[in-house]
Amino acid sequence: MRTRFQQQMVDLREKLLRMGGLAELAVDRACQAYTERDLTRCQLVLENESLINAAEREIDELAFDILATQQPAAVDLRFILAVTKINADLERVGDQAVNIAERVMDMIELPAADLPVDIGRMATAVSAMVRRALESFVEGKAELAQAVLEMDHVVDRMRDEAFIVLVRKMNEEPQVTQQALDALLVARNLERVADHATNISEDVIFWVLGADVRHHAQSASITRRMDSNES
Amino acid sequence: MGVGIKVEHLNAFYDKTQALFDVNITVRANHATALIGPSGCGKSTFIRCLNRMHETIPEARVDGKVHIGDLSVYNGTSATQLRRRVGMVFQKPNPFPTMSIYDNVAAGLKLNGFRNRKLLEEAVHKSLESAALWDEVKDSLHKKSGASLSGGQQQRLCIARALAVQPEVLLMDEPCSALDPISTGKIEELIFQLKEQYTIVIVTHNMQQAARVAEFTGFFLLGKMIEFDKTEKIFTNPFDKRTEDYVTGRFG
Repeated sequence: MRTRFQQQMVDLREKLLRMGGLAELAVDRACQAYTERDLTRCQLVLENESLINAAEREIDELAFDILATQQPAAVDLRFILAVTKINADLERVGDQAVNIAERVMDMIELPAADLPVDIGRMATAVSAMVRRALESFVEGKAELAQAVLEMDHVVDRMRDEAFIVLVRKMNEEPQVTQQALDALLVARNLERVADHATNISEDVIFWVLGADVRHHAQSASITRRMDSNES
Repeated sequence: MGVGIKVEHLNAFYDKTQALFDVNITVRANHATALIGPSGCGKSTFIRCLNRMHETIPEARVDGKVHIGDLSVYNGTSATQLRRRVGMVFQKPNPFPTMSIYDNVAAGLKLNGFRNRKLLEEAVHKSLESAALWDEVKDSLHKKSGASLSGGQQQRLCIARALAVQPEVLLMDEPCSALDPISTGKIEELIFQLKEQYTIVIVTHNMQQAARVAEFTGFFLLGKMIEFDKTEKIFTNPFDKRTEDYVTGRFG
């Protein structure tokens, strides 16, 4: 057995899990800050960003070291490639959380408006996607990752609906245009987070099954492979 | 040009010990095929069965079919006839120590009755060029013995010697295991060029070498061919768990 190599792989996995925890926390805090108009949580998200950025660099460095020194193959090679891509997605999730927090900080300065959109519900769905994508990574289960891919359509629909009702609101009540625009942009940020959760899930499927499912490339054959793995 | 190799139901034995079990494989002409596996897995035995080196060991025997192009290896073909078409390079460079560089390369041709000096010179020149050695030895062809060259040069001399008789298949049994990385790089580059003209089968312990030089890779374990596929498949997403355990270093 390659003890040092195996230890490096364990370290890489743990570092990515910590990074995942930070990104997940950032999204949850940003969403709570939105629903509760909470400036403190916004500041926590902004402070958290430097930790995420540092974690991203650390993971890339370790992955780079392993690739350069251990010549990993097969499932190990797929794992490292997946980790580096998930790492980048998690960093972007952190960026989106910061965008939401900054938007909320603007909103707090404006009077609260009654908007016909349930950002809280969308945030719950998006947080669940991030959490499940990370669970699929922890468990190394392609079927969990596949379930996240299916949730992406739901979030896309929520974003589309939010656009329609918020634009209508802006036309009908121009005095709340700024608040409606902020909500619309938060909906867009959340939808981006869902896209990153989708990317993470695709990378988990690539790692576990060795299949590229990006852009719906192999969804049918994946379902078959997952079925055969279970049987 | 190289020819394909077809092996069907090949079993090999050392006395009562079976070393290969029902191996079936088709090697494509003008491609490099690597055979990997842990020590004692049967990969060297297999490659030796392709040119009947296996039967030089007392009590060793083979059953099954091997075809090199249209030649049936175990059915009416003499070993001499076969080895004119199938060259072999070994782990340790083994030039004839008392012969000059020129005579080393010309030896196979002379054994086959070539006497025309001009044709011999042309063949030696061409073989040394093909083995990427010509520029380094052209001024000392008759002055230096094969044994006076560096390890990497000796191995390329052995390749030139094998190529001189214009084989269709070149078998290489761990050709770089005794060489430094620079000499290894030269041999790998050579393999890459030679497969345009020859079919190459290489046994290697170095998995990265297999990944670098071969289009197809076979994985042997306990005398069985566990998996045979395109090299990129073997090293990125092998079908069999045992192959994956081996290429990821989880064995043992």
